[in-house]
Amino acid sequence: MIVSVASGKGGTGKTTVSASLTTIWDGPVLAVDLDVEEPNLHLFLRPTIEESQRAYIKIPVVDESKCTYCGTCSDLCQFKAISVVNKLVLTFPEMCHGCGGCIAICPEKAISEGKRELGEISWGGAGNAGFLMGRLRIGEAMSPPLMRQVKARLDKMIAKDPQDAIIDAPPGVSCPAVNAVIDSDVIILVTEPTPFGLYDFQLAWEAFCPLNKPMGAVVNRAGLGNDQIYNFCQDKGLPVLAEIPFDRAIAEAYARGQIITEVSGRIEQIFIDLRDGIRDLAERHGSREAAYA
Amino acid sequence: MEFVTWRNGTARGRRLMREVVIISGKGGTGKTSLTGAFAHLASNKVICDLDVDAPDLHLLLRPSHQREEEFWSGYEARIDSDLCERCGICASMCRFGAIHENDNGFMVDPLRCEGCKVCVAFCPAEAIKFPQKQCGHWYMSSTRFGPMVHAQLFPGEENSGRLVMVLKQQARELAKARDLDLVLCDGAPGIGCPVISSLSGTHLAVAVTEPTPSGRHDLERVADLCGHFKVGFAVIINKYDLNPDETKRIEAFCSDRGYPLAAHLPHDPVVTQAMVQTKVVTELPETDFSRELRLTWARIEELVAR
Repeated sequence: MIVSVASGKGGTGKTTVSASLTTIWDGPVLAVDLDVEEPNLHLFLRPTIEESQRAYIKIPVVDESKCTYCGTCSDLCQFKAISVVNKLVLTFPEMCHGCGGCIAICPEKAISEGKRELGEISWGGAGNAGFLMGRLRIGEAMSPPLMRQVKARLDKMIAKDPQDAIIDAPPGVSCPAVNAVIDSDVIILVTEPTPFGLYDFQLAWEAFCPLNKPMGAVVNRAGLGNDQIYNFCQDKGLPVLAEIPFDRAIAEAYARGQIITEVSGRIEQIFIDLRDGIRDLAERHGSREAAYA
Repeated sequence: MEFVTWRNGTARGRRLMREVVIISGKGGTGKTSLTGAFAHLASNKVICDLDVDAPDLHLLLRPSHQREEEFWSGYEARIDSDLCERCGICASMCRFGAIHENDNGFMVDPLRCEGCKVCVAFCPAEAIKFPQKQCGHWYMSSTRFGPMVHAQLFPGEENSGRLVMVLKQQARELAKARDLDLVLCDGAPGIGCPVISSLSGTHLAVAVTEPTPSGRHDLERVADLCGHFKVGFAVIINKYDLNPDETKRIEAFCSDRGYPLAAHLPHDPVVTQAMVQTKVVTELPETDFSRELRLTWARIEELVAR
């Protein structure tokens, strides 16, 4: 089972929930940080990294001795990454999405593959859990291509050693967030009971609904603002799987880089119940799908 | 660099239009609550919410829309199953895993489609259509603190740096048309496409951080990003009392790099209280927190004027 921990609004506690779930998970599990722009999970799980690889995207390199400046490549490119002006062909590698269209369509076979660095993929172990993360290169604008490569590594690791995975997703509700959760079995939305938390939670719910995956909510800092988030969950039939109380001791533990299950037995129990709730949600969805099939 | 004419005649001549973006790296550090308060405190400005993906500033400023525009960007492949001959070339050439075969033939998954047109160009049956996509709306609005330019991307859409550029362009034009000399922007979390777009042409990025391992880690990355694009950088440590050791580390980082510290703000429930009332914190009865915020804004104005 792959569980994604997502949020809409940033700073609601995705990483806290991912790290805590990892430490209390009762079986082989891999913690995956797909928030490649600002990965934080390693700060709490403190993994031992066994291997790191640079990740690249394929970009065009033009052999001008073969180029006839016909402009077929630039006509196709949707991202303004290759441009032909009179007897000049220019590439803009940072704009390239790596679709390979220009290389395939060039009638002179004048374009070959070069590469642009996206960032780094690292993996190893954190206690009993496996660990995997991506880290975007500073100045690189596109996170989805790196996320796709981290997920390909995740598939390999799961194929080699069957295990569950907990994905720490990026904030927001646009393409990076959707890319993170799209291949998971269960989506957990972490929110806080404030107007900002509610608004972004609604956006996230709307964005992830078309994926038709079982979803559950975790309300962090419960007791902080108001209770509209509960009304929304009830309206949409979205189960609230856990509530983490608004408590300065938790905020301070987090600020020290602690995993909050260490704060008290009561907090640990919240995450044990959450884990059971996630399993339950996945099973019920699975049996409903089976009934439809 | 753009110029606007100073409002009260010619005595002070022409003055630079300035652009400030409030960013954070890590989400949830208080960016939007602080931007809302600065929108209250600043004069002669256009307010601009560049977090087009999960915007929240409108929840505090309650803008009334004066103008609403559709935002169209990019294209999306769609296979016409009547024309499709099921050769599978499209699926084999798609580098984004967006095309799959099912009982009804080949289908494009719109959530994975990158809009690159490769399948369209290589389909021998010319069975793939390529319509333009509407990705959201953008708005010009009025608020109790002045004009505001903002947007909402449709959930799940491509987080377009292009939409950020549209907003910035509109905000600059509005500022010019109304003789306003400041564009005050709320930025997005992260260091990717929308953040990079929000930094272009900006004079000062103010990063709101918190004394946690994540806050400091993400601050360092966003500082490097601003260095990479040569944008001025200042720091606000929010909730500084949560972890005094981590606050010291952030202070040391800033002093090493020569980044001015615009404020230390305490962890204060008054911020959430204001949010629940859809107000900004400086509109509530005066507290130590709001007094500190006034000083903070004065320091930022000084930094921007440099």
